[in-house]
Amino acid sequence: MAGTALSHLRICDFTGQLAGAGATKYLAAMGAQVIRIEDPVRQGRWDILRGMPPYKDDRRGVNLSGAFNNHNVEKLGCTINLRTEEGRDLVRRLIAISDAVTENFAAGVLARMGFPYEEMVRIRPAIIYVSNSGFGATGPYRTFKTWGPIVQAVSGLTFSSGLAGRGPAGWGYSYMDHHGGNIMAIAVLAALLHRNRTGEGQWVDMGCTEGGAWLNGPAMLDFTVNDRPLRRPGSPDSNRSDLPAMAPHGIYPAAGEDRWVAIACRDDADWAALAKVVGEPWAADARFGALDGRLAAQDELDVLVSGWTAGRDRADVAASLQAAAVPASIVALPEDRIDHDPGTEAWGLWPTVEHSEMGEVRVDGLPMHLSATDWEIHRGGPCLGEHNDVVFGEILGLTEAEIDGLREAGAI
Amino acid sequence: MSEDVTDLLPGALDGVVVVELASDAAAFAGKLLGDLGADVILVEPPGGHRSRTYAPFAGDVVDPERSLWFWHYNTSKRSVVLDIDDPAGADRFRRLVAGADVVLEAEPPGRLAALGVDHPELRAEHPRLVWTSQTPFGRDNPRSAEQATDLTVLAGGGPVWSCGYDDHTIPPVRGGGNQGYQTGSLFAVMGTLTSLLVRDVTGEGQHVDVSMHAAANVTTEAASYEWLVARATVQRQTARHAAPHPTGNTDATCADGRQVNTGVPPRSAAEFEGLLGWLDDLGGRERFDDHVLLQLGVERGGVQIHEIFADAEAMAIFGAGREAVQFIATEVSAYDFFVRAQTLGLACGIIYSPEEVFADPHFADRGFPTPVEQPQLGRTVTYPGAPFHLPRSPWRIHRPAPLLGEHQGEVLGE
Repeated sequence: MAGTALSHLRICDFTGQLAGAGATKYLAAMGAQVIRIEDPVRQGRWDILRGMPPYKDDRRGVNLSGAFNNHNVEKLGCTINLRTEEGRDLVRRLIAISDAVTENFAAGVLARMGFPYEEMVRIRPAIIYVSNSGFGATGPYRTFKTWGPIVQAVSGLTFSSGLAGRGPAGWGYSYMDHHGGNIMAIAVLAALLHRNRTGEGQWVDMGCTEGGAWLNGPAMLDFTVNDRPLRRPGSPDSNRSDLPAMAPHGIYPAAGEDRWVAIACRDDADWAALAKVVGEPWAADARFGALDGRLAAQDELDVLVSGWTAGRDRADVAASLQAAAVPASIVALPEDRIDHDPGTEAWGLWPTVEHSEMGEVRVDGLPMHLSATDWEIHRGGPCLGEHNDVVFGEILGLTEAEIDGLREAGAI
Repeated sequence: MSEDVTDLLPGALDGVVVVELASDAAAFAGKLLGDLGADVILVEPPGGHRSRTYAPFAGDVVDPERSLWFWHYNTSKRSVVLDIDDPAGADRFRRLVAGADVVLEAEPPGRLAALGVDHPELRAEHPRLVWTSQTPFGRDNPRSAEQATDLTVLAGGGPVWSCGYDDHTIPPVRGGGNQGYQTGSLFAVMGTLTSLLVRDVTGEGQHVDVSMHAAANVTTEAASYEWLVARATVQRQTARHAAPHPTGNTDATCADGRQVNTGVPPRSAAEFEGLLGWLDDLGGRERFDDHVLLQLGVERGGVQIHEIFADAEAMAIFGAGREAVQFIATEVSAYDFFVRAQTLGLACGIIYSPEEVFADPHFADRGFPTPVEQPQLGRTVTYPGAPFHLPRSPWRIHRPAPLLGEHQGEVLGE
């Protein structure tokens, strides 16, 4: 049993990877009936995560990917071959009873498979269609292909992550696949609210690179207002904070190999509190008492703070600063934040699902709790075609013989 | 639908009234609700919210009406000044909330309860009210009392561990742009819209409790599920995915000194053929030693991923494709590389700095650069535009960020 918030809604879902599947994972955890459609001919491998590591044990196969499972919990999975007329008819029947159609194919792919927006509207006039491709459905790059790192590169997010003089560090994962999914979910929800008020559906055209470019606003205004580009000597230096200005502000070495602690002094009061915790003569230097002085001496300050943190346990540094109400945190390893963090444990952030082949597996939960209609995640991601009988039988009302016929015809 | 008509259409959240207590963390959520058409009333303390003092300022003139942070994060909002620490101000806040659909706030847990203006106190009179809190660890968590900023949220929540350089003597990196706050805000909007949809069915509002720490934790892709599923720890690498085991680099510096992400190396026959044609156009086929392997890639119909580890020839062809991409990159500009590689079907990308997006023809064609009349400057300023196109209920910057208390009279009748 998933949540109940959206249990009155049904999604005809062609999404995959994370940039699309993440959106419908959210909707499913909130209770929407998400019917994920995959291609039986390619064994669902359009979604490259099907069959990809990590694996829970020594077994391999399209149903055993920990990544796929993580992004597809609480969905129903069925297989439909859109190359066949029978398959296209099944999709028509699903659209006819759905509130929204979601997909993140390259632009135009679903239309070429026989389902342009106009066809969806013919089947279901108030349908909401949300397409999410790298560059959107229009414009000179509409046919260009992306995955997370490409979206991040073109949208400016790769560039804006790095240390002075070292070139882009970028994001060590597909940050924009997460937010592609989140922005897509917002698009579905906003379109549903509009439909509730007006009775109208619409085609929401989302380009993931625009979603990424939208996440660097203040830096972009510094250019359009002040002619000051982020690409300038010494910039960016994203462990520091110039938007807004803070110092010291950085990630400092701690005892142990590759162990770090983050410290942010928001204002002079934070600095005074930090200086007291440090208790060394340099911390009492009057030059550092006000923000302007600390900003002017950031390089020197970073060396001094590093000298204090290096050799100290990262958790001890963070705790001693937190006790003085100064923002500080260990740089958490996955193990730290998943297995040894009272914050995530109390939140219930890592629910265990029951997967039909993998057994019990922990997955990412959701970072909000709703007081009346909270999310729930219990069922694992669907194996290929796992819910064919549920979708075609219980939901579409086909008989066993009809379903057998579809199977023999290669339609499912 | 013509653009003129589109300009007149109300947004998706038209008619929804949001009362937002000004904050650093949730300002982006309020902006998104406002840009989607909600009437967002920003409640600022006397003297204005602290974020009005954040640099940089327009023309570098320090002035609470010229903070670019404030401008960006507060579009489509109206501003009123209320001192909720004062009992009379708290009363006015209660009256304001009486007319609202949503309250959005990022106050330290416990503060509003102490003032008698928290959700439990107000919900009895306003059962339809949706109340969204976006705090570092959630309202009721063992870590709720900790101090946090964008940096510490991203450090403690996981993203920082995965970002940085191959050289691990250099600190790991916090991605720029307040992404910890913005990540929390995206989830705050998701929870708020979900609760409005629930209210459409049940008639009742509820509390949405967002944890930015939890939001960062579930926004780290493989770092989390490699540990959850296989107890493997990813290690950061320069400008590419952190992984349990090292992988090949994917960035290249082009002839103009600009960088590109070269993406997944070519594998299909058409891609190898395209690379050979490109080398010929550059007069570079002979200068690229492994051009014979590319030809072989064409002749054998490409290489499959699963062959690469089992078949020495396939691996050599795959390696040559990767090298050819790197070689070509050094011969052309980053932009030319990006466009022609994409035309060949290779998912590559130019590494733009954020402001360079505005000059790109694709983003211009899509209407992404958004002009906003900026009263402080007496001219139009270009803002980043819509994250998606909602043709029947358009995303729009309805107004520039408000002046302090600009809407005191029309909102509070004062």
